[in-house]
Amino acid sequence: MSGERHDAWPLWEVFIRSGHGLSHKHVGSLHAPDAALALQNARDVYTRRNEGASVWVVRSSDIVAGDPSERDSYFGPAEDKTFRSPTHYTVPEGVKNL
Amino acid sequence: MDPALVEFLLRMGDNALVLGQRVAGWTGHAPVIEEDLALTNVALDLIGQSRLWLAYAGECEGRGRSDDALAYFRDAHEFRNVLLVERPNGNYADTMGRQFLFDAWHLELLRALAASRDARVSGIAQKAEREVAYHVRRSGDWVIRLGDGTEKSHGLMQAALDELWPYTGELFRSDDVDRALAAQGIACELESLRDAWSRRVDGVLAEATLARPKDGWMHSGGRSGRHSEHLSYVLAEMQSVPRAVPAERW
Repeated sequence: MSGERHDAWPLWEVFIRSGHGLSHKHVGSLHAPDAALALQNARDVYTRRNEGASVWVVRSSDIVAGDPSERDSYFGPAEDKTFRSPTHYTVPEGVKNL
Repeated sequence: MDPALVEFLLRMGDNALVLGQRVAGWTGHAPVIEEDLALTNVALDLIGQSRLWLAYAGECEGRGRSDDALAYFRDAHEFRNVLLVERPNGNYADTMGRQFLFDAWHLELLRALAASRDARVSGIAQKAEREVAYHVRRSGDWVIRLGDGTEKSHGLMQAALDELWPYTGELFRSDDVDRALAAQGIACELESLRDAWSRRVDGVLAEATLARPKDGWMHSGGRSGRHSEHLSYVLAEMQSVPRAVPAERW
Protein backbone atom coordinates (compact mmCIF):
# COMPACT_ATOMS: atom_id res chain seq x y z
CA MET A 1 0.00 0.00 0.00
CA SER A 2 1.33 3.41 -0.87
CA GLY A 3 1.26 5.94 1.94
CA GLU A 4 1.81 8.78 -0.46
CA ARG A 5 -1.56 8.37 -2.21
CA HIS A 6 -3.35 7.62 1.01
CA ASP A 7 -2.30 10.98 2.46
CA ALA A 8 -3.86 12.75 -0.49
CA TRP A 9 -7.32 11.72 0.70
CA PRO A 10 -8.92 13.67 3.55
CA LEU A 11 -9.59 12.06 6.89
CA TRP A 12 -13.17 11.36 8.03
CA GLU A 13 -14.51 10.55 11.48
CA VAL A 14 -17.03 7.73 11.62
CA PHE A 15 -20.02 7.53 13.97
CA ILE A 16 -22.21 4.46 14.21
CA ARG A 17 -25.57 3.96 15.86
CA SER A 18 -25.77 0.31 16.74
CA GLY A 19 -29.48 0.10 17.47
CA HIS A 20 -32.75 1.98 17.81
CA GLY A 21 -32.92 4.32 20.76
CA LEU A 22 -29.14 4.59 21.07
CA SER A 23 -27.04 7.51 20.00
CA HIS A 24 -24.31 7.60 17.37
CA LYS A 25 -20.95 6.75 18.82
CA HIS A 26 -17.52 7.60 17.49
CA VAL A 27 -15.87 4.39 16.30
CA GLY A 28 -12.79 5.60 14.44
CA SER A 29 -11.63 7.33 11.32
CA LEU A 30 -10.78 6.55 7.71
CA HIS A 31 -9.56 8.12 4.48
CA ALA A 32 -11.85 8.70 1.51
CA PRO A 33 -11.85 11.05 -1.49
CA ASP A 34 -15.41 12.32 -0.88
CA ALA A 35 -18.48 11.98 1.31
CA ALA A 36 -20.20 9.22 -0.66
CA LEU A 37 -17.14 7.00 -0.63
CA ALA A 38 -16.50 7.84 3.02
CA LEU A 39 -19.93 6.37 3.82
CA GLN A 40 -19.20 3.27 1.74
CA ASN A 41 -15.80 2.83 3.32
CA ALA A 42 -17.32 3.26 6.77
CA ARG A 43 -19.73 0.46 5.94
CA ASP A 44 -16.92 -1.77 4.75
CA VAL A 45 -14.45 -0.99 7.52
CA TYR A 46 -16.65 -0.59 10.60
CA THR A 47 -19.90 -2.53 10.09
CA ARG A 48 -18.62 -5.86 8.79
CA ARG A 49 -19.87 -7.70 11.86
CA ASN A 50 -23.35 -6.27 11.92
CA GLU A 51 -22.51 -3.42 14.28
CA GLY A 52 -24.55 -0.73 12.62
CA ALA A 53 -28.06 0.54 12.08
CA SER A 54 -26.97 4.00 10.96
CA VAL A 55 -23.70 5.65 9.98
CA TRP A 56 -22.53 9.25 10.03
CA VAL A 57 -19.27 10.51 8.60
CA VAL A 58 -17.84 13.97 9.08
CA ARG A 59 -14.66 15.54 7.77
CA SER A 60 -12.12 15.50 10.60
CA SER A 61 -11.13 19.05 9.65
CA ASP A 62 -14.73 20.17 10.32
CA ILE A 63 -14.60 19.13 13.95
CA VAL A 64 -14.00 21.99 16.37
CA ALA A 65 -12.10 20.72 19.40
CA GLY A 66 -11.48 22.37 22.75
CA ASP A 67 -7.96 23.45 23.64
CA PRO A 68 -6.30 20.84 25.90
CA SER A 69 -4.29 23.56 27.71
CA GLU A 70 -7.56 25.04 28.98
CA ARG A 71 -8.69 21.73 30.41
CA ASP A 72 -8.27 22.82 33.99
CA SER A 73 -10.53 25.84 33.83
CA TYR A 74 -12.94 24.02 31.55
CA PHE A 75 -13.52 20.81 33.44
CA GLY A 76 -11.84 21.36 36.80
CA PRO A 77 -14.72 23.19 38.50
CA ALA A 78 -16.99 20.15 38.09
CA GLU A 79 -14.67 17.88 40.07
CA ASP A 80 -15.98 18.63 43.57
CA LYS A 81 -19.68 18.90 42.70
CA THR A 82 -20.67 15.32 43.31
CA PHE A 83 -24.25 16.42 43.99
CA ARG A 84 -24.61 16.72 40.22
CA SER A 85 -24.05 13.00 39.75
CA PRO A 86 -27.09 10.77 39.92
CA THR A 87 -25.23 8.29 42.14
CA HIS A 88 -27.98 8.19 44.77
CA TYR A 89 -30.55 6.66 42.49
CA THR A 90 -30.98 2.92 42.15
CA VAL A 91 -31.31 1.75 38.57
CA PRO A 92 -34.45 -0.33 38.07
CA GLU A 93 -33.74 -3.92 37.24
CA GLY A 94 -33.63 -4.79 33.55
CA VAL A 95 -32.85 -1.27 32.34
CA LYS A 96 -29.95 -1.51 29.95
CA ASN A 97 -29.65 2.02 28.61
CA LEU A 98 -30.27 4.94 30.92
CA MET B 1 -31.33 -35.33 -12.36
CA ASP B 2 -31.87 -32.47 -14.78
CA PRO B 3 -28.57 -31.89 -16.64
CA ALA B 4 -29.66 -28.40 -17.70
CA LEU B 5 -30.28 -27.39 -14.09
CA VAL B 6 -26.86 -28.70 -13.01
CA GLU B 7 -25.23 -26.83 -15.87
CA PHE B 8 -27.04 -23.63 -14.93
CA LEU B 9 -26.08 -23.95 -11.26
CA LEU B 10 -22.43 -24.52 -12.17
CA ARG B 11 -22.50 -21.38 -14.30
CA MET B 12 -23.89 -19.32 -11.42
CA GLY B 13 -21.46 -20.82 -8.93
CA ASP B 14 -18.42 -20.53 -11.19
CA ASN B 15 -19.10 -16.87 -12.04
CA ALA B 16 -19.14 -16.01 -8.35
CA LEU B 17 -16.21 -18.29 -7.49
CA VAL B 18 -13.83 -17.12 -10.21
CA LEU B 19 -14.61 -13.44 -9.73
CA GLY B 20 -14.37 -13.88 -5.94
CA GLN B 21 -10.94 -15.47 -6.33
CA ARG B 22 -9.86 -12.72 -8.71
CA VAL B 23 -10.99 -9.93 -6.39
CA ALA B 24 -9.41 -11.69 -3.41
CA GLY B 25 -6.11 -11.27 -5.27
CA TRP B 26 -6.19 -7.60 -4.20
CA THR B 27 -6.11 -8.48 -0.52
CA GLY B 28 -3.02 -6.83 0.91
CA HIS B 29 -2.33 -5.06 -2.40
CA ALA B 30 -5.13 -2.48 -2.70
CA PRO B 31 -4.08 1.18 -3.06
CA VAL B 32 -5.43 2.07 0.41
CA ILE B 33 -6.49 0.00 3.38
CA GLU B 34 -10.15 1.07 3.11
CA GLU B 35 -10.28 -0.34 -0.44
CA ASP B 36 -8.46 -3.45 0.70
CA LEU B 37 -11.22 -4.20 3.20
CA ALA B 38 -14.01 -3.28 0.81
CA LEU B 39 -12.65 -5.57 -1.91
CA THR B 40 -12.19 -8.38 0.58
CA ASN B 41 -15.84 -7.98 1.61
CA VAL B 42 -16.93 -8.22 -2.02
CA ALA B 43 -14.74 -11.27 -2.61
CA LEU B 44 -16.16 -13.00 0.45
CA ASP B 45 -19.73 -12.19 -0.60
CA LEU B 46 -19.07 -13.79 -3.98
CA ILE B 47 -17.36 -16.86 -2.57
CA GLY B 48 -20.24 -17.28 -0.13
CA GLN B 49 -22.69 -17.14 -3.03
CA SER B 50 -20.65 -19.65 -5.02
CA ARG B 51 -20.82 -22.12 -2.14
CA LEU B 52 -24.62 -21.97 -2.17
CA TRP B 53 -24.85 -22.48 -5.95
CA LEU B 54 -22.22 -25.21 -6.09
CA ALA B 55 -23.64 -27.09 -3.10
CA TYR B 56 -27.02 -27.18 -4.86
CA ALA B 57 -25.33 -28.17 -8.14
CA GLY B 58 -23.67 -31.09 -6.36
CA GLU B 59 -26.97 -32.22 -4.86
CA CYS B 60 -28.78 -32.03 -8.20
CA GLU B 61 -25.96 -33.84 -9.94
CA GLY B 62 -26.32 -36.71 -7.45
CA ARG B 63 -22.74 -37.97 -7.68
CA GLY B 64 -21.87 -37.00 -4.14
CA ARG B 65 -19.71 -34.02 -5.05
CA SER B 66 -19.68 -31.24 -2.45
CA ASP B 67 -19.22 -27.52 -3.14
CA ASP B 68 -15.53 -27.94 -2.22
CA ALA B 69 -15.12 -30.91 -4.55
CA LEU B 70 -16.61 -28.91 -7.41
CA ALA B 71 -14.47 -25.86 -6.66
CA TYR B 72 -11.15 -27.61 -6.14
CA PHE B 73 -11.23 -30.76 -8.24
CA ARG B 74 -12.50 -29.64 -11.60
CA ASP B 75 -10.15 -28.47 -14.35
CA ALA B 76 -10.48 -25.32 -16.44
CA HIS B 77 -12.53 -26.92 -19.23
CA GLU B 78 -15.11 -28.04 -16.65
CA PHE B 79 -15.66 -24.48 -15.41
CA ARG B 80 -18.73 -22.67 -16.71
CA ASN B 81 -18.05 -19.04 -15.83
CA VAL B 82 -18.32 -16.22 -18.36
CA LEU B 83 -14.98 -15.06 -19.78
CA LEU B 84 -15.41 -11.58 -18.29
CA VAL B 85 -14.79 -12.73 -14.71
CA GLU B 86 -11.48 -14.43 -15.52
CA ARG B 87 -9.99 -11.25 -17.01
CA PRO B 88 -6.84 -10.27 -15.07
CA ASN B 89 -7.03 -7.69 -12.26
CA GLY B 90 -4.80 -5.26 -14.19
CA ASN B 91 -4.88 -1.78 -12.67
CA TYR B 92 -7.67 -0.41 -10.48
CA ALA B 93 -9.63 0.83 -13.51
CA ASP B 94 -9.45 -2.67 -15.04
CA THR B 95 -10.68 -4.25 -11.81
CA MET B 96 -13.48 -1.74 -11.25
CA GLY B 97 -14.55 -1.82 -14.89
CA ARG B 98 -14.77 -5.61 -14.84
CA GLN B 99 -16.63 -5.47 -11.54
CA PHE B 100 -19.13 -2.87 -12.70
CA LEU B 101 -19.95 -4.54 -16.02
CA PHE B 102 -20.44 -7.84 -14.21
CA ASP B 103 -22.29 -6.45 -11.17
CA ALA B 104 -24.79 -4.59 -13.35
CA TRP B 105 -25.58 -7.85 -15.17
CA HIS B 106 -25.44 -10.00 -12.04
CA LEU B 107 -27.98 -7.81 -10.26
CA GLU B 108 -30.52 -8.00 -13.10
CA LEU B 109 -30.02 -11.75 -13.37
CA LEU B 110 -30.48 -12.30 -9.63
CA ARG B 111 -33.62 -10.15 -9.64
CA ALA B 112 -35.05 -12.36 -12.36
CA LEU B 113 -34.00 -15.53 -10.54
CA ALA B 114 -35.58 -14.32 -7.30
CA ALA B 115 -38.89 -15.12 -9.01
CA SER B 116 -37.74 -18.63 -9.97
CA ARG B 117 -40.18 -21.49 -9.67
CA ASP B 118 -37.38 -23.47 -8.01
CA ALA B 119 -37.55 -22.42 -4.35
CA ARG B 120 -33.86 -23.07 -3.73
CA VAL B 121 -32.78 -20.98 -6.74
CA SER B 122 -35.12 -18.21 -5.66
CA GLY B 123 -33.78 -18.29 -2.09
CA ILE B 124 -30.12 -18.08 -3.11
CA ALA B 125 -30.91 -15.32 -5.60
CA GLN B 126 -32.72 -13.25 -2.99
CA LYS B 127 -29.83 -13.51 -0.55
CA ALA B 128 -27.26 -12.69 -3.23
CA GLU B 129 -29.31 -9.83 -4.68
CA ARG B 130 -28.98 -7.82 -1.47
CA GLU B 131 -25.20 -8.16 -1.54
CA VAL B 132 -24.86 -7.45 -5.23
CA ALA B 133 -27.02 -4.32 -4.99
CA TYR B 134 -24.21 -2.92 -2.85
CA HIS B 135 -21.45 -4.25 -5.13
CA VAL B 136 -22.85 -2.44 -8.15
CA ARG B 137 -23.21 0.81 -6.24
CA ARG B 138 -19.57 0.65 -5.21
CA SER B 139 -18.14 -0.40 -8.55
CA GLY B 140 -20.33 2.14 -10.38
CA ASP B 141 -19.13 4.90 -8.05
CA TRP B 142 -15.53 4.00 -8.82
CA VAL B 143 -16.11 4.00 -12.57
CA ILE B 144 -17.59 7.49 -12.18
CA ARG B 145 -14.74 8.76 -10.01
CA LEU B 146 -12.02 7.40 -12.24
CA GLY B 147 -13.79 8.45 -15.44
CA ASP B 148 -14.59 11.91 -14.14
CA GLY B 149 -11.29 12.22 -12.28
CA THR B 150 -7.94 13.28 -13.65
CA GLU B 151 -6.87 13.08 -17.27
CA LYS B 152 -4.83 10.01 -16.42
CA SER B 153 -7.58 8.18 -14.53
CA HIS B 154 -10.05 9.00 -17.32
CA GLY B 155 -7.68 7.52 -19.89
CA LEU B 156 -7.14 4.36 -17.85
CA MET B 157 -10.86 3.90 -17.24
CA GLN B 158 -11.74 4.34 -20.90
CA ALA B 159 -8.98 1.92 -21.91
CA ALA B 160 -10.28 -0.63 -19.40
CA LEU B 161 -13.81 -0.34 -20.77
CA ASP B 162 -12.65 -0.68 -24.36
CA GLU B 163 -10.67 -3.78 -23.40
CA LEU B 164 -13.50 -5.39 -21.43
CA TRP B 165 -16.40 -4.55 -23.71
CA PRO B 166 -15.94 -7.49 -26.14
CA TYR B 167 -16.53 -9.79 -23.15
CA THR B 168 -20.02 -8.43 -22.45
CA GLY B 169 -21.71 -10.06 -25.45
CA GLU B 170 -21.58 -13.48 -23.82
CA LEU B 171 -23.65 -12.18 -20.91
CA PHE B 172 -26.72 -11.82 -23.11
CA ARG B 173 -26.56 -14.82 -25.40
CA SER B 174 -28.90 -17.64 -24.35
CA ASP B 175 -28.18 -21.22 -25.31
CA ASP B 176 -30.26 -24.41 -25.03
CA VAL B 177 -29.66 -24.63 -21.28
CA ASP B 178 -31.02 -21.12 -20.69
CA ARG B 179 -33.97 -21.66 -22.99
CA ALA B 180 -34.89 -25.00 -21.38
CA LEU B 181 -34.81 -23.52 -17.88
CA ALA B 182 -36.63 -20.37 -18.95
CA ALA B 183 -39.39 -22.54 -20.37
CA GLN B 184 -39.73 -24.25 -16.98
CA GLY B 185 -39.79 -20.93 -15.12
CA ILE B 186 -36.56 -21.79 -13.27
CA ALA B 187 -34.27 -19.26 -14.94
CA CYS B 188 -34.61 -16.59 -17.62
CA GLU B 189 -33.43 -15.90 -21.15
CA LEU B 190 -30.37 -13.73 -20.96
CA GLU B 191 -31.49 -11.39 -23.74
CA SER B 192 -34.21 -10.13 -21.39
CA LEU B 193 -31.57 -8.59 -19.11
CA ARG B 194 -29.95 -6.42 -21.73
CA ASP B 195 -32.18 -3.32 -21.60
CA ALA B 196 -31.94 -2.84 -17.84
CA TRP B 197 -28.19 -3.49 -17.96
CA SER B 198 -27.73 -1.00 -20.79
CA ARG B 199 -29.69 1.68 -18.96
CA ARG B 200 -27.57 1.34 -15.83
CA VAL B 201 -24.29 1.20 -17.77
CA ASP B 202 -25.22 4.20 -19.92
CA GLY B 203 -26.19 6.21 -16.84
CA VAL B 204 -22.88 5.53 -15.11
CA LEU B 205 -20.80 6.10 -18.26
CA ALA B 206 -22.53 9.43 -18.91
CA GLU B 207 -21.81 10.61 -15.39
CA ALA B 208 -18.26 9.34 -15.73
CA THR B 209 -17.82 11.27 -19.01
CA LEU B 210 -16.81 7.97 -20.65
CA ALA B 211 -17.74 6.81 -24.13
CA ARG B 212 -19.69 3.59 -24.49
CA PRO B 213 -17.58 1.28 -26.68
CA LYS B 214 -19.16 0.11 -29.93
CA ASP B 215 -20.66 -3.37 -29.99
CA GLY B 216 -18.35 -5.24 -32.33
CA TRP B 217 -17.10 -8.79 -32.40
CA MET B 218 -17.69 -10.48 -29.05
CA HIS B 219 -15.78 -13.24 -27.27
CA SER B 220 -17.73 -16.22 -26.01
CA GLY B 221 -17.25 -19.79 -24.88
CA GLY B 222 -16.76 -19.59 -21.11
CA ARG B 223 -20.26 -20.83 -20.37
CA SER B 224 -19.58 -24.01 -22.30
CA GLY B 225 -16.07 -24.57 -20.92
CA ARG B 226 -13.92 -22.85 -23.57
CA HIS B 227 -11.79 -20.45 -21.57
CA SER B 228 -8.93 -18.03 -22.04
CA GLU B 229 -5.50 -19.03 -20.77
CA HIS B 230 -6.04 -16.81 -17.72
CA LEU B 231 -8.43 -19.19 -16.00
CA SER B 232 -5.88 -21.99 -15.58
CA TYR B 233 -3.60 -19.67 -13.60
CA VAL B 234 -6.43 -18.57 -11.33
CA LEU B 235 -7.41 -22.18 -10.71
CA ALA B 236 -3.82 -23.33 -10.16
CA GLU B 237 -3.47 -20.86 -7.33
CA MET B 238 -6.89 -21.61 -5.87
CA GLN B 239 -6.68 -25.39 -6.14
CA SER B 240 -3.03 -26.17 -5.39
CA VAL B 241 -3.37 -26.67 -1.63
CA PRO B 242 -6.44 -28.94 -1.58
CA ARG B 243 -4.97 -30.96 -4.47
CA ALA B 244 -1.64 -31.37 -2.71
CA VAL B 245 -3.31 -32.60 0.49
CA PRO B 246 -6.84 -33.68 -0.47
CA ALA B 247 -7.81 -35.12 2.91
CA GLU B 248 -6.46 -32.21 4.94
CA ARG B 249 -8.81 -30.10 7.03
CA TRP B 250 -8.42 -26.65 8.53
